[in-house]
Amino acid sequence: MSLRLRVDPIVCDAHGVCAELFPERVSLDDWGYPIVDSDPIGRDLLDDARRAVAACPVLALRLEEP
Amino acid sequence: MSVAAPTLGTAAPAPEHLPRLLAEADGSWVSLSEHRRRAGPIPKVKRQPTIPIIDAIARAGLRGKGGGAFPTARKMEVVAAGSGRPIVLANGAEGEPASAKDKLLLTRAPHLVLDGALIAAAAVGAREVVVCVDRHADHALDSMRRALSERMALEPPSVSVRLVGVPSHYVSGEETALVRWLNGGEAKPTTPPKPYESGVGRRPTLVDNVETLAHVAQIVRWGPAWFRSFGTSAEPGSTLLTVSGAVARPGVYEVPVGASLGRVLERAGAADGDLSAVLVGGYFGSWLTADQASSAHLSCSGLARHGGGLGCGVVVALPRKACGVVEAARVVSWLAASTAGQCGSCAHGLASLSEAAGAVARGRAPRDADQIEGRGACRLPDGAARFLRSALTTFHHDVDRHLRGAHCPDQRHVLPLPNPVRDGWR
Repeated sequence: MSLRLRVDPIVCDAHGVCAELFPERVSLDDWGYPIVDSDPIGRDLLDDARRAVAACPVLALRLEEP
Repeated sequence: MSVAAPTLGTAAPAPEHLPRLLAEADGSWVSLSEHRRRAGPIPKVKRQPTIPIIDAIARAGLRGKGGGAFPTARKMEVVAAGSGRPIVLANGAEGEPASAKDKLLLTRAPHLVLDGALIAAAAVGAREVVVCVDRHADHALDSMRRALSERMALEPPSVSVRLVGVPSHYVSGEETALVRWLNGGEAKPTTPPKPYESGVGRRPTLVDNVETLAHVAQIVRWGPAWFRSFGTSAEPGSTLLTVSGAVARPGVYEVPVGASLGRVLERAGAADGDLSAVLVGGYFGSWLTADQASSAHLSCSGLARHGGGLGCGVVVALPRKACGVVEAARVVSWLAASTAGQCGSCAHGLASLSEAAGAVARGRAPRDADQIEGRGACRLPDGAARFLRSALTTFHHDVDRHLRGAHCPDQRHVLPLPNPVRDGWR
């Protein structure tokens, strides 16, 4: 089962924690909002992805099945 | 084959020519009895979904007329198969500034729209229909109110039908925004679930544009083969266009899907050699040069080669005297002001896009709109970015003139921009 990272753009408040914890797949735009790579997350990165999801202060980041 | 057998002896025959939808919208009030004489009876609503109706719509190949061009039958199938009693929304919000076809249908052919909504309810097994109209569209509201009261008196529907005036914001007619508003929230778009999965009251919700529903009524009456006698095999039927700008006879036209844009402009009275470009599809659409326009065909596939689609059928002819760069900057600034302000990439991205468009008008080189597309809850940021990109390509001569610091020939503004809505979002 492959999981993908998704951000809810309405909930997101540009705290930027995700990009700090998971720079492999999250970068920030000019205004501090995350640009999330939607490719499936490999086994090697899954722990980092989970950590970023758990750390989002507004619960805008999710791991979803495609 | 028609789903509803024509049982009225005095019923009018199937119209052979265009207009079809607009045949009922010919100016004077069409009473319910007159409408019935022209349009025939509609099938009764049953407790269960009516598969033959969905089949007829599928065989007709009808696609949504609100802008998305999604196959109508497919949406009906999903809603009919969902869990919970479905509900039908007739979307007549029509927030697109240059579009008038939905208001025209609501005003002049409200019974045709109601027939379509009731048939859609029968198709998916809904017991409730909500007709959504821009709360400032007075004529459309009055006319629909009158049609509804006529129906309640003469032909009371077995499902509940109510009319609501929805907020006038550009994005409020987006289907998730309508659903959120009907659920007691603000008329702003939401992220999934989509209405067909979980909409009003968490029920599967069929949201169809009012023109789409008018086609549904006629397809069920006259049959899929009749519908297909106009249009292309991939995109059958007729479609409504709102034509404006540098034409002698602006207005709503009904044409076969795939019709020549050049011929449509000719019919609307565009003067030869007087056009610099044509906007097709509204502010989510794209620009065609006058040359491209003369050979383009008004279908999704015909317009895809120009980077756009038919959208909601808006056609605006820009006269040579107007400046494409100034027009684009005006529109992008208006779109930026129309954001619901929910998504960072939209609120900030469109402000920056608008600044970039304004800078080009003041003689600075254009920047590309990256970081904006595909990231919002709705398609507003994507539409605005596409609109500006298309404008900068089509109007490269105007861009060059601005970069040289030369003056615009004329500052006549063409594209309509309503005043910013002061309404709340509820």
